[in-house]
Amino acid sequence: MPMHELSITQSILEIALRHAEQADAHRITKLNLVIGELATIVDDSVQFYWDIVSRDTIAAGAELHFERVPGILRCLSCGHTFPLNGRDYACPVCGEKQAIATGGDEFRLESIEVE
Amino acid sequence: MQVPVVEQIFSANDQLAAANRARLDAARVFAVNVMASPGAGKTSLITRTVEMLNGDFRIGAVDGDIATTIDADRIAALGVPVVQINTGGACHLDAPMLQSALPQLPLEEIDLLIVENVGNLVCPASFKLGAHRSVLIASVPEGDDKPYKYPVMYRGVDAVVLNKMDVMTAFEFDVDYFRHGVEVLNPGLAFFSLSCKTGEGLNGWLVWLRDEIKEFRQQF
Repeated sequence: MPMHELSITQSILEIALRHAEQADAHRITKLNLVIGELATIVDDSVQFYWDIVSRDTIAAGAELHFERVPGILRCLSCGHTFPLNGRDYACPVCGEKQAIATGGDEFRLESIEVE
Repeated sequence: MQVPVVEQIFSANDQLAAANRARLDAARVFAVNVMASPGAGKTSLITRTVEMLNGDFRIGAVDGDIATTIDADRIAALGVPVVQINTGGACHLDAPMLQSALPQLPLEEIDLLIVENVGNLVCPASFKLGAHRSVLIASVPEGDDKPYKYPVMYRGVDAVVLNKMDVMTAFEFDVDYFRHGVEVLNPGLAFFSLSCKTGEGLNGWLVWLRDEIKEFRQQF
């Protein structure tokens, strides 16, 4: 079990609780998270720790919803953008291997649903 | 009811990292965060660097490990102040850990602070510490496909050091393929191939580090 998801999950809880308090909510039912492919976060681990750290809080039992954002490369030759995968980062359109990563670093709490 | 949040999960750590940076700046300490997988040569590069630069700069070190003081002892043997952080199982250093280590160092008497992160090619990338530059050490035995398999680590660093060039003939390592993967993820970053064991190639790394320190000092 990767260790860093524990501290990350605690951060998620702190952020959610703070915003719930500001909204005068008495229960958090759902958290909408956006996670980029390049953010090195494992959903299952966050879920595992979530069940532990949210216990005895108003977020206990809340559903975690993960929106995955793929890593994106942009070809420097033809401008085509394509998902990060494969062995050599070659552009699937023109075959050039000169590309830069332009997305996939996201990791944020987008919104919460409260009662 | 839906409540918009739009808050970065790492914001708490990032804020502390900024506070660390401010503290280092105030003491005119240039800090480097050294990351790599276990066994790539973090401690070797650090001890080499201390040996070569110790006359010109006052150096201090922070050493992160899950357990033991083996690495910290190697660095302390060179006569520089070292603070050991045992993470107690955590796979990376984070900004709060560096924050608690800084008061244990004579910052006013240090020009260059080298932070040795926990050996790990995944987690340290996500946790900013507040250092001025981040360096990733790769080594030939790890294989030339690592930028493709661990893209995040290569994405956020300022320099990549390819270590253990002395064993190149024993491995099938395509330097061009390796560099291409690095360049895609992190265009224009500094790249050095060297051997801590033989000393070959070390000079390029040392010149870069000297220049970075010089540039850092010019802003004050």
